[in-house]
Amino acid sequence: MRRLRAIVLLLCLALLGGCKAVVLDPSGDIAIQQRNALLGSVGLMLLVIIPVMALTVLFAWHYRQSNTSARYEPEWDHSTQLELVIWGFPLLIIIALGALTWMGTHLLDPYRPLDRIAAGKPLPASAKPIEVEVVALDWKWLFIYPQYGIATLNEAAAPVDQQIVFRITSSSVMNAFYIPAMAGMIYAMPGMETQLHGVLNKTGTFEGLSTNFSGDGFAGMHFRVASLSAADFDKWVAKVKADGGALDRNTYLELERPSQNVPPRTFGTVDTSLFKLAVNQCVEPGKMCLDEMMAIDAKGGLGLAGINNVMPLVYDKYARRGSGQMRAYVAALCQRSSTSETAAGTADLAHQIKAPVQLSPSQSAAE
Amino acid sequence: MSALTHTIAPGSRTPTYYVADEHAHAPGGSTYIGFWIYVMSDCLIFASLFATYGVLGGNYAAGPAPKDIFELPIVAVNTTMLLLSSITYGFAMLAMERNKVSATLGWLAVTALFGAAFVGIELHEFAGLIHEGATPQRSAFLSSFFTLVGTHGLHVTSGLVWMVVLMAQVASKGLVEANKRRLLCLSMFWHFLDVVWIGVFTFVYLLGVLR
Amino acid sequence: MNPTLQHAIFGRLSLDSIPYHEPILVGTFVGVAIGGLVVLSAITYFGAWGYLWKEWFTSVDHKRIGVMYIVLAIVMLLRGFADALMMRLQQALGSDGGQGYLPAHHFDQIFTAHGVIMIFFVAMPLVTGLFNVVMPLQIGARDVSFPFLNSFSFWMTVAGAVLTMISLFVGEYARTGWLSYPPLSEAAYSADVGVDYYIWGLQIAGIGTLLSGINMICTIIKMRAPGMTLMRMPVFVWTTLCANVLIVAAFPILTAVLALLALDRYLGMNFFSNDFGGNPMMYVNLIWIWGHPEVYILILPAFGVFSEVTATFTGKRLFGYTSMVYATIVITLLSYIVWLHHFFTMGSGASVNSFFGITTMIISIPTGAKMFNWLFTMYRGRIRFELPMMWTVAFMLTFVIGGMSGVMLAVPPADFVLHNSLFLIAHFHNVIIGGVVFGMFAGIAYWFPKAFGFRLDPFWGKMSFWFWVVGFYFAFMPLYVLGFMGVTRRLRVIDDPTVHIWFVVAAFGAVLILFGILSFIVQIAVSIKNREKLRDLTGDPWNGRTLEWSTSSPPPAYNFAFTPVVHDIDAWWDMKQHGYVRPLTGFKPIHMPKNTPVGLILAVLATAFGFGMIWHIWWLAIGGFAAAIATGIAHTFNYHRDYYIPADEVLRKETERTRLLSAKA
Repeated sequence: MRRLRAIVLLLCLALLGGCKAVVLDPSGDIAIQQRNALLGSVGLMLLVIIPVMALTVLFAWHYRQSNTSARYEPEWDHSTQLELVIWGFPLLIIIALGALTWMGTHLLDPYRPLDRIAAGKPLPASAKPIEVEVVALDWKWLFIYPQYGIATLNEAAAPVDQQIVFRITSSSVMNAFYIPAMAGMIYAMPGMETQLHGVLNKTGTFEGLSTNFSGDGFAGMHFRVASLSAADFDKWVAKVKADGGALDRNTYLELERPSQNVPPRTFGTVDTSLFKLAVNQCVEPGKMCLDEMMAIDAKGGLGLAGINNVMPLVYDKYARRGSGQMRAYVAALCQRSSTSETAAGTADLAHQIKAPVQLSPSQSAAE
Repeated sequence: MSALTHTIAPGSRTPTYYVADEHAHAPGGSTYIGFWIYVMSDCLIFASLFATYGVLGGNYAAGPAPKDIFELPIVAVNTTMLLLSSITYGFAMLAMERNKVSATLGWLAVTALFGAAFVGIELHEFAGLIHEGATPQRSAFLSSFFTLVGTHGLHVTSGLVWMVVLMAQVASKGLVEANKRRLLCLSMFWHFLDVVWIGVFTFVYLLGVLR
Repeated sequence: MNPTLQHAIFGRLSLDSIPYHEPILVGTFVGVAIGGLVVLSAITYFGAWGYLWKEWFTSVDHKRIGVMYIVLAIVMLLRGFADALMMRLQQALGSDGGQGYLPAHHFDQIFTAHGVIMIFFVAMPLVTGLFNVVMPLQIGARDVSFPFLNSFSFWMTVAGAVLTMISLFVGEYARTGWLSYPPLSEAAYSADVGVDYYIWGLQIAGIGTLLSGINMICTIIKMRAPGMTLMRMPVFVWTTLCANVLIVAAFPILTAVLALLALDRYLGMNFFSNDFGGNPMMYVNLIWIWGHPEVYILILPAFGVFSEVTATFTGKRLFGYTSMVYATIVITLLSYIVWLHHFFTMGSGASVNSFFGITTMIISIPTGAKMFNWLFTMYRGRIRFELPMMWTVAFMLTFVIGGMSGVMLAVPPADFVLHNSLFLIAHFHNVIIGGVVFGMFAGIAYWFPKAFGFRLDPFWGKMSFWFWVVGFYFAFMPLYVLGFMGVTRRLRVIDDPTVHIWFVVAAFGAVLILFGILSFIVQIAVSIKNREKLRDLTGDPWNGRTLEWSTSSPPPAYNFAFTPVVHDIDAWWDMKQHGYVRPLTGFKPIHMPKNTPVGLILAVLATAFGFGMIWHIWWLAIGGFAAAIATGIAHTFNYHRDYYIPADEVLRKETERTRLLSAKA
């Protein structure tokens, strides 16, 4: 037993000292609370796990065959009191754990805005959260800062002790967005937007990564997040602006092409509609936006008239995103400006829909 | 030890521990329950397809909706064919109970004709849709519609193949025990497909057109 | 050749599909080819083909089919474990600043194949094998309800395994992870044959699994010996029943969801695509509605094994039989309402997540009750630490850790920081190795003498045990730590140098497990060699409690000369207590099913069909399918599928057993 304890102690030391167990020692309030939920559940469970393990060893030893002095009752197979304990005790623990879970899940819901910066440090009423729009591309992360009009690739920064709101999507396949030091992960899914609220309470540089396998370049899909003081963050924004570079729709379509282990990059200006277009899978001129399509569908579709109008709908059905092989199988295109104007808020896109997607010469020749 | 688990008191006279005078079991004693469990598992495949239709059935991808492409009159005829086939299968089973081989075969043939008519009308409907351009590739709604209805149609088709095989077997071997068992299994299968179709008709066609 | 013609004949298959430019695969192929040739020539040399064909390949005897399932599982374990070793090596090398030795293209196939093979072609055949060998004997039956279907199910499982193995040398396997989430598994992102191998391998094996599930349920419901009420069934029979109910209720969903994925890939439909209104998360939901019950399909039979083993080796009635049974049933029912805990991080909202989190935790209550029941079976017992009991104690100590990490993952806030991390990997290996694998090894050691008439060699068994148990802790405890360090799964290269040491430890653990597997194989070889020394003539080598120990080892084809009558849960124990006397006369002819090669033929045709579908060789697919249907129909025209074992033959066998029993005494 003493040796066991020594091993456990060593393991704990190794955990805390020898390596960066970032999940157990995070730097953001949300991740800290998630860590606490984790440790709390462990503590509750140990109430039953430790006795079970101890009893297993004890019984296995005491009732071994060679110990003939131990009591042997081959017909003893029932005890109502014991049954009550073995069902009741785990039940009590699960009731406690269930209550913790219910509260923890609601309090730490990634969609829920923060109500404090850290323990005992309420959110200032005037504070506006930093907004970051995140797009998972094959295989890198794009961050857009709509409040500052800048964008970065594979690197991010945020002011310390300020609420950050991430809006997350993916351009092609599923990924998951995770900054272990800040808060738990959330999936990045194509055509959908997820949200994550977090805060970093320490300055420094933290790792972020994709935690859902997304293909060949997955292993290289990580980035650094700099947590900066307010002044340093302003400097950082100014530097990104000064360094220039523009992220417009064409640049996005270039970026979207599969590439691996991409070095960080910054863009001094950005087309702020880009994230909305990316979520709706219509960065490409001529592609119908998902929200428009859904609005049309909610009104009952376009009927038989819309049957052959598939070219503006093709996103990645015939070739992966960014592979330069966009093609459509129906040549006939019909004008549908009348219907798209009926779809709320999308009239401005209607003029783009008739434009065909970029067909590379070789592809169109092959058709 | 509880009374529930012991029927003999310790120390009492040795009870019987084996069946000395055993008669051979008739083969196929588990067939009905086995086939029933199979039908239930098949039901889960349909449940998955219904669920998929439920989720994706409204995603027309700016294309046609149910009301644009479904023709209720033809579906009504179709439904009638399948319901009638269930009734005539019932007559076949009644004839089988009375051990009338030719009557059984006759009713099976009528059933098969109704079934074939059902499949034929369905194929006609599908061909019409595809000709119009409402292909399963056009939208998630059409994918799930074609898959749900097509899976049912495939089941009816395999039921028809089975029916023809069984007719050959009844014709050559007569209404022997094994053939009766098979007829009863097919009967379960056939009525099951009927029930599924009623679900399809209601949830896909009727509600689709109303929507 | 004319490309159109070539495409018509070979589909997508061409010489480029053979990975002769990958030295690892060429080496493997040479190894497998030489090994295969050695086995084949050995069979030919010993003239064993006729024996194998007549007694095994065409057999409908549940005991033989069960043994063949387990052999399949062990063969596939070697492949699945080779994948594991390669993965551990790659991550150990790829966390030290280097790139490792595997390109992404290869590494991604390996982790997919490892998962698929270990679940579908190792764990599933192991549990199905044990169902087959043990369950009919435990209920006092002479065979299963549908013996032909049983043979067909087995060969379909083999067909799925064969297709999966072909992918090693012809084309490639999926590079998507073992559940092939779309859109990554859609044609646009996985255009090659990998995902098609995945789909057809699983669909074909899935037919076998489903039919075997129906067969087992019917057998338990209809073929129990007189007196064996539901509440007198051995716990292993109960867990078999529940596991097979889960199979029948879960596998159709897998079939449906894989069929939909296939429709997307083959016919351009839009179920799970980004385009035209498809919804990838629909797939994730559906596949986990199958996937979670699948976990219990694997673990429940292991629980059954531990219950049998504990009662036997403590020499004591199982504590709390009734609560054991209800715990099993509760787990079976609950396993259907927890699937969303596999993707809390989808962002379903707090109420949905807490519902599924709490239902998941509730499962730990009956599981905990089971743990206590085994514990109190040991209490006031007289424990013999034979190999099966050693596995059981190792299970009890290991599984509680896995259970604890599982409940941690069921708490959504904790899951948000641990999901998809190596902590998760450590967790499910902890329950699958610590539960299922330990359970299956316990079961094999326990029932091997029943199946073959001699015990397994204890020395090599203990070697295997210690290598496995110690190796498991070395291999997976570091993964828990790595999970806390924020390292995610499926990474080929890890840039952070501090993680390196943990990967090295894990790789060392994997090597220990390799020794465990090798020891197990040596154990079987040594036991066969020393079979006369290890021979058990009584049929009851462990002083067992349930009916399978009442007949000879190996049991005769008819299992029981007379159908037993049951008065107690521990039927055989009860018979022994009451001075049961084996009947020596009065035998009657016994009705038995005839062997048939049709199951095997159908599976060969299914393999051809699957291969044709994978490579778009349409003539082969259509031909294989049509031939399979025709064979199936032709089989229904065979009305003479049974025969009688004459009473003389039964008398001869039973007299021989009497002679052996008295020679022993």
